[in-house]
Amino acid sequence: MSESTATRAAAATPPRVARKIRGLSDRAIAWLFVGPTIFLLLAINIFPLIWTVRLSFTNFKANRNRPIEWIGTRNYERILTDSDIWLNMQATAHFLFWTIFFQVLIGFTLAYLINKKFKGNDLWTTIIVLPMMLSPAVVGNFWKFLYQPQIGLFNYVVGFFTGKDPSSFEMLGSVDLAPWSIVIVDTWMWTPFVMLICLAGLRSIPDYIYEAAEIDRASKLRQFFTITIPMVLPFLMLAVLFRGIENFKMFDLVVQLTGGGPGSTTELTSINLKREAFEKWRTGYASAYAIILFVTVFGLASIYVKALNKVKER
Amino acid sequence: MSSFSVTDPSPRSKWFAGTLVILYALITMVPLAWIMLTGFKSPSDAISYPPKVVFEPTLEGYVNLFTTRTRQTDEYLQANPPKTWYEEIVREYDMVIAGPSKFGERFLNSVIIGFGSTFLSIVLGTLAAYAFSRFKIPLADDLLFFILSTRMMPPIAVAIPIFLMYRQLGLSDTHLGMILLYTAVNISLAVWLLKGFIDEIPREYEEAALIDGYTRFQAFYKVVLPQAATGIASTAIFCLIFAWNEYAFAVLLTSGTAQTAPPFIPTIIGVGGLDWPAVAAGATIFLLPVMIFTILLRKHLLRGITFGAVRK
Repeated sequence: MSESTATRAAAATPPRVARKIRGLSDRAIAWLFVGPTIFLLLAINIFPLIWTVRLSFTNFKANRNRPIEWIGTRNYERILTDSDIWLNMQATAHFLFWTIFFQVLIGFTLAYLINKKFKGNDLWTTIIVLPMMLSPAVVGNFWKFLYQPQIGLFNYVVGFFTGKDPSSFEMLGSVDLAPWSIVIVDTWMWTPFVMLICLAGLRSIPDYIYEAAEIDRASKLRQFFTITIPMVLPFLMLAVLFRGIENFKMFDLVVQLTGGGPGSTTELTSINLKREAFEKWRTGYASAYAIILFVTVFGLASIYVKALNKVKER
Repeated sequence: MSSFSVTDPSPRSKWFAGTLVILYALITMVPLAWIMLTGFKSPSDAISYPPKVVFEPTLEGYVNLFTTRTRQTDEYLQANPPKTWYEEIVREYDMVIAGPSKFGERFLNSVIIGFGSTFLSIVLGTLAAYAFSRFKIPLADDLLFFILSTRMMPPIAVAIPIFLMYRQLGLSDTHLGMILLYTAVNISLAVWLLKGFIDEIPREYEEAALIDGYTRFQAFYKVVLPQAATGIASTAIFCLIFAWNEYAFAVLLTSGTAQTAPPFIPTIIGVGGLDWPAVAAGATIFLLPVMIFTILLRKHLLRGITFGAVRK
């Protein structure tokens, strides 16, 4: 459209100006503008990915200077049959499921309440959003202090309300509680994200739908289940997708909080991967691991997006 | 809206909703308030039981954060009386200030890498977004999806080959290396957000400019850029916040000269274990700018978060 208008305009203008317009063709400009971005992504995202694939078939160790040996798919076989890795996957699944569960529950409730448009709701929304803007590593490190058995504020508050001795339980040190301690902090941090997306969904519902329902004398409860929920659902599913991908990659917050411990109860796949790659220096093995994780995220996300599109079509 | 509107909530439900939301907001602020309070406590107040809300404020944490200290003999201490208020604080523990700590440097690294990568992401992102918005690019949708999908990779997975690549190129632990890396991570979001903002600018403006004899370039920076300024600014803030907060790449690829604050703050260690007031002081200095930014620019930021998610 614009090209044709521009061409017509160029034909009608004096040659001197016309030459200036043509200067560089639109196509050249387009590539000039997109080129650097694509180049950067190729150099720092795609090339490394291809390199990882290559390394995953070798026994390369980045801290040794020995010739690379091709070992076929042995890395993959070892990972998929390793029972410890399945434990890490379970820890990740536990973390994913419960963080998403709580974030959706609390996030949607908050959005629903904020959408009642009480006075000053935008300021309070901003305050609620603060945790998700902050550095997870720095905040996670400080939560470690809040979780201290004797002196920590968290234990004190729990003790105050339940009557338990604040030094009688260790959120980060006990096998039973540690998986929940990371769920709590992640929920505290990322509930606002789900809330914001839900809020956008709620605000996208036009008033006239509710007005029509009101005329038809549909009860508030009925309106909630037949209008509000179905119309917010695509937004909510999107929020779940984003949180799912992010928490599958989770590293900084949990590394700072528990470092994967005690034992390996909170050793999420990313933490395990870091251990293999940068502490044990099994570069080839870790590369295969990285590829498996990447394929898993990508596969799950694509299936999910298909489901999401079906919901949207309805 | 008139008070008779059927969709407007009743005053009672507004009041109820407001109370619950404010209650949640206050609870959610407790850990952040605690960080700031702890920064002004003495080490013994910080670890007292029950936790102290009322205490005598001191700048010890901040002094410890910015300095390194050594113990000295009584003769030395008596011969050299403290000259400044911060030396006096340190003297209470029979110590003298030996020099500045690394915190200032690390903080400066965060500033350089944060702003450097944001600037680069915005320049490249705006150009790419403009091209995607205005020109017919073959396979544009696939390219855009490709750009976005690069965000799905776990950072550690990308870090392995980048670690090897940077080692070969001599980019490990350099500002340039980190700026390029954060730009590569940020640019996908930048292109997506900016394309949305540029799509909203009517093409007629540029066409009019072209007819007036502007070149494409002139039309781009004299007509489109000023119109997209708000969008560019809010995208820049997102990029800045990401680079500011990033930890995984920073901890794996930097150790000294280019180390940013997030991997550094948790390693602040005082005499006899972790010096929580100093850690809290460092966290406060590091987190406060983002909090202030968020509150001041809330309209643009909140829109940006949902916008990025909702458009796809």
